[in-house]
Amino acid sequence: MTKLEDLELCFVTGKGGTGKTTVAAALARYLAGLGKRVLLCEVDAKGEVALVFEASEVGFTPKEVAPSIWAMTMDTESSLKEYLKIYLKVPVTGPLSPLAKAFDFVATAAPGVKEILTVGKVCFEVRQRTYDVVVVDAPATGHIIGQLAAPQAINELVKVGLIRSQTEWMLEILSDRSRTGVVVVTTPEEMPVAETIELAGRLSDETTVALQAVVVNRVLPGRFTRREEEAFSALTSDAAAVRLRSALGREVREVLEGAALAVELRHNRSAHLADLRERLDPSLPIVLLPYLFTGMMGIAGTTELADALAAELTR
Amino acid sequence: MNPGGELPAGLEGLLCSKKVLVTCGPGGVGKTTTAAALAAQVARRHDVSVLVLTIDPAKRLADALGLEGIGNDERQVDPAMLGDQARGRLFAAMLDTKQSWDALVRTHAKDQATAAQILSNPLYQNITGRFVQSHDYIAMERLFELHESGRYDLIVVDTPPTRNALDFLDAPERLADFFSSRLLRWLIAPYRSRVFNLASKPFTQVADRILGAQFLADIAEFFFALQSMYDGFVARAKAVQALLRSDAVSFCVVSSLEMTPAREAEFFATELTARGLDLGAIVFNKVLPASLRDREALLTAQLLGERAAELAPVAEVDPQLAARVLREAARSFIDFAALAQAEERARRAFRAHCDLVVAAPYFGDDVADVEGLLRLGGVLLDGTEEPTAGPSMPD
Repeated sequence: MTKLEDLELCFVTGKGGTGKTTVAAALARYLAGLGKRVLLCEVDAKGEVALVFEASEVGFTPKEVAPSIWAMTMDTESSLKEYLKIYLKVPVTGPLSPLAKAFDFVATAAPGVKEILTVGKVCFEVRQRTYDVVVVDAPATGHIIGQLAAPQAINELVKVGLIRSQTEWMLEILSDRSRTGVVVVTTPEEMPVAETIELAGRLSDETTVALQAVVVNRVLPGRFTRREEEAFSALTSDAAAVRLRSALGREVREVLEGAALAVELRHNRSAHLADLRERLDPSLPIVLLPYLFTGMMGIAGTTELADALAAELTR
Repeated sequence: MNPGGELPAGLEGLLCSKKVLVTCGPGGVGKTTTAAALAAQVARRHDVSVLVLTIDPAKRLADALGLEGIGNDERQVDPAMLGDQARGRLFAAMLDTKQSWDALVRTHAKDQATAAQILSNPLYQNITGRFVQSHDYIAMERLFELHESGRYDLIVVDTPPTRNALDFLDAPERLADFFSSRLLRWLIAPYRSRVFNLASKPFTQVADRILGAQFLADIAEFFFALQSMYDGFVARAKAVQALLRSDAVSFCVVSSLEMTPAREAEFFATELTARGLDLGAIVFNKVLPASLRDREALLTAQLLGERAAELAPVAEVDPQLAARVLREAARSFIDFAALAQAEERARRAFRAHCDLVVAAPYFGDDVADVEGLLRLGGVLLDGTEEPTAGPSMPD
C-alpha cells in the first residue's frame, strides 16, 4: 500500500450520499498543507467543489480556489477540443459544427469515448507534472469501474493509431500502484458498507488500479459499552424517568426517546463499521472521519475534515 | 391503475390513478427500497397486479424479492409473503442491460443475419456491456414494453442513482437524433460504398489518425447494420417519450433531508417540472422525529447534561457511570437536535415544488424483507409531511 500522501493520482469514489466530494476536498486540503500543488478535478460537474471552497463557478480551466489547490470540473467536450489541439494540431476555437456533431457521436453512441476523455485528461495532467498530485472527485461506485476500465477496453478495441499508444501510457500510469490509487468513501451504514466490499473486489478483478484506502465518513461516537448500556436502560426506565422529572421539574420523556434513537444509531453504525473491518483486506488502511452535526459545509467543514484526516493519517 | 370508486388521499391516491410511477433522486437515499415498498403495499391493499422494476437492487433486497440471478424475467413474489389479507399480486423484475439490448436488436433487425452481425460486432458488445449510458435508453425501452404488455395495472420503476439520472429521459430522443444525423451518414458512407476512400472526408481522415482504420471499420459496420433498424428505433423512441409525458405516468422524487442529497433532489424536482413531466410526489426517507426539534426538549437536554452528577442517583447503578452516560445521552440529543433543525430547513425548500410531500422515519436498519417493505410502504401510502410511525426503540 502506498501512503496517500505519496500518490500522484488519487481517485476518490464511493456510494452516492457518502460525502465523496467533501472528502476529496479535505484530502486536497490535507495534501496542500504538506506543501504540494494539488489539482482537484470534479468529474460529475455538479458544482460541489466550488461550493466546498466557497468559490465562484469553477470550469474546465483549473482555478486556484485555496492556497495551492486548483480546482476544475470535467467537461468531455472541452477535453476533446484540448486533445485535438495538442495532438492533431487541429485548431478548435468556438463550437465548430462538424466537431459538435462528432462529439454527439462520441458522447451518445460510443459512450466509452466519454470515459476515456475523462480518464485521459487526468492522466495527461499527471504526465505534465504541472501539479504534484491530481485528486479526482470521481463518479459514484456504479460508474467508476467503467471509467477506470475504459483505457483497457479501448486498448482492446483499437489495435493501431494514436489512441492505441495513448491508452498505453495511460494504463502505465493507472497500473502503477506507487503513483496511482483509489480511495473509497463510505459511511458506517449497511448499503454503503456492502457496496464498498463489492467495489473492492471489482477494482481488483476488473481494473488495474489499486485500492489504497477506505475512508469511513460520518462516524458517530462509539457505541456504549455493555455497562454503559445497562446504565442507560436504568436511567430511561419508567421509575427513573419519573424521578428525573421531579428532580428537574421538567418533562424528560422526549429527550430520553431522542437520546435512545441516538444510542441506537451509534450502536448500529458501530456494528457496520466492525463488519467493514472484518471483510476488507486487513492491510488496507481504514480512515475514520467524524459526523459534523452542525451540517457545516464550505471552508469550515472542509477544514475540520482535513484536520481529522491529518490526525488519522499521521497517527 | 384504477380500482374503481373514490380515490384514497395522498400517495395512495396518486398510485391508484396512475399506470406508471418513476422514482428518481440522488444515490443512497433508499430509492430502490421506496419503489419496492410502494409496490408491495399497493399490491397488498388493492386487487391489482403491480410490478416493481429495479435497476440494481442491493443483494438482500433482491433476495427478499426472489430476484437473485434471474436476469430479465419478471417474477411473482410469493403471495404468502404479502400476508393473508393481500388482495393483489406483486411482481418484481430487474434490468439486465445486455439481455435487453440483445432482445431489442433481434426485434428490430430486418433479418437474422443482420441481427447476428450486430450482436457479434466488438463495438456493440462493448457499448452494451460496459458503458453506463446504454442503461438509460434500455431502462425506458423496457418500461415501455412492460407497460404495453398490459399485464400490470401499475408499474413502479426505479432509476439509476446518478446526477445525470435524468439523461434516461432524453436517451430515446438522443438516440433518434443520432440516427437521423449527418454524422452517421459520414461514418457509414465509406462502408456503404465498400471503399475506404479516407482522404475524401476530412472528418474520417482525422478520425482515422486518432482511432485507426480497423476501429473505424468496426464503427462503420456497426452503424451500417444498426441503420437498418432506424425506423423501428425512432418510432419506438417517440412512443416512449409520449408515454412518459402522458397522464398515465407520474414521477416521484425520493431523497433524505441531508444537505447534499436534498440539494440534488431539488435539482431533480426542478428539472422534471421544466421538462413538462408530472412531479406527483416527493418522498423523504430517514427523517428524524419532530420531537427532536422541540425547544423545550432541547433546554431539558442541556439541563440534564449540566446537572448529570446531581441527577445520576435516580438510577440504581454506579452514580459516576450514570452521570457519564447521562451527559453522553444529553449531548447526543443536542447533536441530533441540530441535525433535525437542518432537516427542517431543507424540507421547507421543497414546499414550492410539489403539494404531496411524504416522510418516513428512520427504521433502525435497512429494509431487507417483504415485511419491512410492507411496513415502509404503509407509512408512505398513508403518510404526511411528518414521519408518522416512530422509529423502533431499543428495549
